Amino acid sequence: MAATLTESRIHDLQALALRVREHIVRMSTDGGCFTGASLSCADLLVYLYSDVLNISPDNLRSPDRDYCFLSKGHDVPALYATLAERGFFAKERLKNHLKTNDFIYWHPNVNMPGVEFHSGSLGHLLSVAMGVALDCKLRGQTNRIVVILGDGELNEGTIWEGTLVAKALKLGNLTVIVDRNEFQANIRTEDLVPLEPIENKFRAFGWETARVNGHDFTALNAAWNALPATTGDTPTVIIADTVRGKGIPSIERRADRWFCNFSHDEVKMLVQELHGEAIGELTSEALHVR
Amino acid sequence: MTYEQYLEQLVATDDRVMVVTAENRGAIRNLPSIIGSRFVDVGIAEQTMIGLCAGMALRGRIPVCHALATFLTLRAFEFIRTDVGIGNLPVKIVGAVAGFLSEANGATHQAIEDVSLMRGIPNMGVFCPSDEAEMIAGLPSVLAAPQPFYIRYNAMKPADSLLLEQRSAFQIGGSETFGDNSNDTDVAILTYGFLLREALVAQEALQKQGVKTRVVYFRTVKPIDTAAILRAAHECSLVVTLEDHFKTGGLYSIVAETLLEHRTTADVQPIALDERWFKPALLQDVLEYEGFTGASLTERIHTRLREQTAMLPKNGTVKHQTI
Repeated sequence: MAATLTESRIHDLQALALRVREHIVRMSTDGGCFTGASLSCADLLVYLYSDVLNISPDNLRSPDRDYCFLSKGHDVPALYATLAERGFFAKERLKNHLKTNDFIYWHPNVNMPGVEFHSGSLGHLLSVAMGVALDCKLRGQTNRIVVILGDGELNEGTIWEGTLVAKALKLGNLTVIVDRNEFQANIRTEDLVPLEPIENKFRAFGWETARVNGHDFTALNAAWNALPATTGDTPTVIIADTVRGKGIPSIERRADRWFCNFSHDEVKMLVQELHGEAIGELTSEALHVR
Repeated sequence: MTYEQYLEQLVATDDRVMVVTAENRGAIRNLPSIIGSRFVDVGIAEQTMIGLCAGMALRGRIPVCHALATFLTLRAFEFIRTDVGIGNLPVKIVGAVAGFLSEANGATHQAIEDVSLMRGIPNMGVFCPSDEAEMIAGLPSVLAAPQPFYIRYNAMKPADSLLLEQRSAFQIGGSETFGDNSNDTDVAILTYGFLLREALVAQEALQKQGVKTRVVYFRTVKPIDTAAILRAAHECSLVVTLEDHFKTGGLYSIVAETLLEHRTTADVQPIALDERWFKPALLQDVLEYEGFTGASLTERIHTRLREQTAMLPKNGTVKHQTI
């Protein structure tokens, strides 16, 4: 990615992110999905998969490509929508959401091209990514291994175990991105198990840190370009401040809109809302319970 | 050759093999200086170790990872099941001081549900060698197998009666029969791991007392030699399952599942730990206290045979029946 993003490039990324969000909303019916958490990381994924990471449909079998592990697996609609838009598989397949004729369900499946590893149980893929990072490092490669964690996921002890060990193993090719949407399943993180100051915690573990607006492509790009070289010894973390439900004001930052299963009419309305044409009135049952 | 020497040789000849540990270095203490970066110690972090091994396996490596069997199979269970198991990745999981081998550590260290847990994971193999020689003899097949494997580490020296050159070739899913292999045997002792040597002592004693006895030793507990289980049920009046494991989920359960699946029954005597942990002590004292020495086994089997005779209908038989 260029050192600075041109206006037309930003416009393209925003247009792609809007299409990704439309896919997410369209998957939020007939059984539903984790809509809010998917919308919060949509811009992150769009940014990473748009020529930032060296991952493409053509190089998935290449050992020195970059890797991107989605540890907060419940936001898989955002990943699938991004991968489909980027040509990893046909967009038509998104219509198979929750159908037994495909592999598209509430958490990632490796049979979908572009999925590095299954996830869903929180706190797993940091260590799996560390294994990949260690192997790449041992082989003298300079690729980057990215892991996307949820902020609620930082409750898991294995995240901090891995954070200690990644530093010990000098995994300078490992970059964690925290989707800091401020919510766990049912409640604000700071009202349950406070996480702030997050950066200080990672710094205390010896990591390099950055904090950016996770919906601002210019800011993301600046943080990305400022990452130290993968040949170093220090793992890095980018805390990306995001909004759960981003793009749909009627569900943004709402604790009760974690898992959403909208009616078909609501989906139509929410797509209009995405395009700034209306504000939806939601009547479908809100789910609170994890 | 020791286990450590075997790994050293393997690392030198197969660049896929990585030796990993969660600071459990007893068996591999000399390797760091010999194999360098092929040795990875993550510290006391079993879950991270398993995830890391899964990641390395995604890259084509064959990680052989080490920790105490309890912490490995219990604390890291979900990582084994979810990352290694669902991924069906060739991670080889070596659990130290499993079963009675934890000796005087106490119940915190007693891995006596490890076989049960590991065999419950789809595709996971389970290898519980009788001694170091068999462990090394089995490792080439176990490490070359495309699936994950749990290995109950056992570096005991082989009993004189179990010198490798006198044993059959190791085979995943195979078994070895010692003693009476006729179709009219009184007792079959089915076992795995180091208790083989106690089973052989019992077999010899029983034979001397006129009780026709065979020992069926399973080279791997999963996959298991189903035919050998069925043959024991068909040919022997009493089938004994012997294991340093909870009665639930181990060999006794495997035998029960196998017999039921084949609509067969038998008189089965489980010798295992029934709903309790064992008395912590040095190994020989544990065996004596818990009744697992060859002499104790002989007595326990005799007792069961006497009960069996008492329960017999006139001219009856307790040989297997189809249900």
